[in-house]
Amino acid sequence: MQQKRATDLSASLSDLVQPDRVRREVYTDPGIFELEMQRIHERVWIYCGHDSQVPKSGDYYTLQIGRQPMVMVRGADGAVNVLYNRCPHRGNMMVGDRHGNSGEFFRCSYHAWTFHHDGRLRNIPMMESGYAGTPYGRDNPDCSMRRAARVENYRGFVFASLAKDGPTLKEFLGESRVAFDDMCDRAPQGAVEVVPNCFRVIQRSNWKIFLENQLDALHPSVTHQSTGRAAHEVEKDIEKKTGHAPLSYHMLSAFATVTIDKWDNFQTLNYPHGHCVLTGYMGLRPKDPDTLAYEKTLVDAYGQKRMEEILGVNIHHVLIYPGLSVQSPLQQLRAVRPLGVDRTLTEIWHFRLKGAPEAIYRRSLAYYNLVNSPATLVNADDLENFWKCHQGLSSDGGDWVSFARHFGRDIQKNDVTETAPNCGTSEAPMRNQMKAWARYMAGR
Amino acid sequence: MELQHEVEQFLYKQSELLDTKQWQAWIDLFADDGVYWMPADPAHEHWDGVPSIFAEDKNLMSVRMKRVLHPDAWSQRPLWGTNHVVSNVVIGNYTADGEIVARSRFHMMELRRDDVRHFAGSYRHHLKKIDGGYRIKLQRVDMTNAQAAYDYVLQVWV
Repeated sequence: MQQKRATDLSASLSDLVQPDRVRREVYTDPGIFELEMQRIHERVWIYCGHDSQVPKSGDYYTLQIGRQPMVMVRGADGAVNVLYNRCPHRGNMMVGDRHGNSGEFFRCSYHAWTFHHDGRLRNIPMMESGYAGTPYGRDNPDCSMRRAARVENYRGFVFASLAKDGPTLKEFLGESRVAFDDMCDRAPQGAVEVVPNCFRVIQRSNWKIFLENQLDALHPSVTHQSTGRAAHEVEKDIEKKTGHAPLSYHMLSAFATVTIDKWDNFQTLNYPHGHCVLTGYMGLRPKDPDTLAYEKTLVDAYGQKRMEEILGVNIHHVLIYPGLSVQSPLQQLRAVRPLGVDRTLTEIWHFRLKGAPEAIYRRSLAYYNLVNSPATLVNADDLENFWKCHQGLSSDGGDWVSFARHFGRDIQKNDVTETAPNCGTSEAPMRNQMKAWARYMAGR
Repeated sequence: MELQHEVEQFLYKQSELLDTKQWQAWIDLFADDGVYWMPADPAHEHWDGVPSIFAEDKNLMSVRMKRVLHPDAWSQRPLWGTNHVVSNVVIGNYTADGEIVARSRFHMMELRRDDVRHFAGSYRHHLKKIDGGYRIKLQRVDMTNAQAAYDYVLQVWV
């Protein structure tokens, strides 16, 4: 029954998406999920990791691109390679740990075939006696570990595409590059390095439900009200006692103090390929001594004018479709790894601004711990909603998901769709994501 | 012997308060400058300045408590409960500040809706003697599955 429905729908994908609404099967149909993996995740540029995760030759991290287990590894020549985590001999996974160092080369645990870190075959035990006179050997590409078709790096952030053809990484990212520019420019040395810890949390819902929530400016004051109010109460108590509460309380209390109507003051910018930016940030540039000391390091590095430009970038979230959500002013990101139609892994990383004072690192670390750790005070309620959404969409209680909020009021400027003034809660980002989805799924 | 008994009773009481959701009474077991810490990495030795799953002083514990008690904490709606077992209590040396160091092992089963999860690991309590009992200066929680991917999240202290 389920299978039949999947086949029928893949024949009529164009009927699934309308400009302001989407059929529920887009989220729940296993056949559609398989097609998404083929036509979207295993084709477009997917974030693999930051090059500071693998500082030394032989350092590796495993990751999933679509359904493909991959390994990102630093070679002796300094290049970061992305390979299929698979031995070409009998298919054994090459590395079984999530991360580590493989030494001077990869060595398969099954029959000891060895490979250079760019995937090339290094040796097979008794190669001469076992394979003389056969096509097997170092010159045969089938005897090497397969590489991702394309690997590119933007300011240290490594992406791979499993398709030979398509836009370059820079073309693909387009204006959403601001995620990495904003993050790196905030460092006096113009670069970031990873904080060596990855929080991994599984959501029991379709991967698109998470992405659609990221720029949903209407949800925070509803979903996160309990945390906002709790933090606000304690913030007031601390202020009464000591005159000053840490900024992390403000970051949490804003969920309650920025009331539902005020979220319309923000704006979203919607770019080609489904990428979007939510502007507006809640009080990241206070006049406390830590911020002033940090501003001075930026002035020393870039001059007053450039410092003002850098700190004036007004971003809350950048969504790089289909797999990355970046909070550049707080130097953290969440990479989305779909595990199945109703299961999604998020890998959450924090970065240190090179050359910035310790206090600035600690400020964003507080947010990383409070919001993004597995004991999150915030995402607990999001994940509850995502699960409930997925359950509801699996029912026959309705056929459509609506993205009609402020539909028809968007402002089109070339290939950018901007939300109109006081329409920050517009569902334009969801419409934009589904537009990209429909285009990818149609094979364009 | 008496110390061993007192510390064990203290740890049992702490578990009981968690399992019966007496959040404020649980927080009151901490010293005013007490910290509840679950490291993200077992190699970390201090809670300050590193990524942590929990790193909460009493103010942050209050935020967590007030959140879970709020009527619109949506994730609190489904039936959920926990059951802790604490054992293997070993009293170690004293800290430089004269606090008792107690190590123990725990197992926690959690039920949420129809789903059961298990968490296990070790506690390290730094306990300050006060009149008629103890206060926690530091509770370090090293969960064996701390580094595994979390299927959903941890809502309150383990």
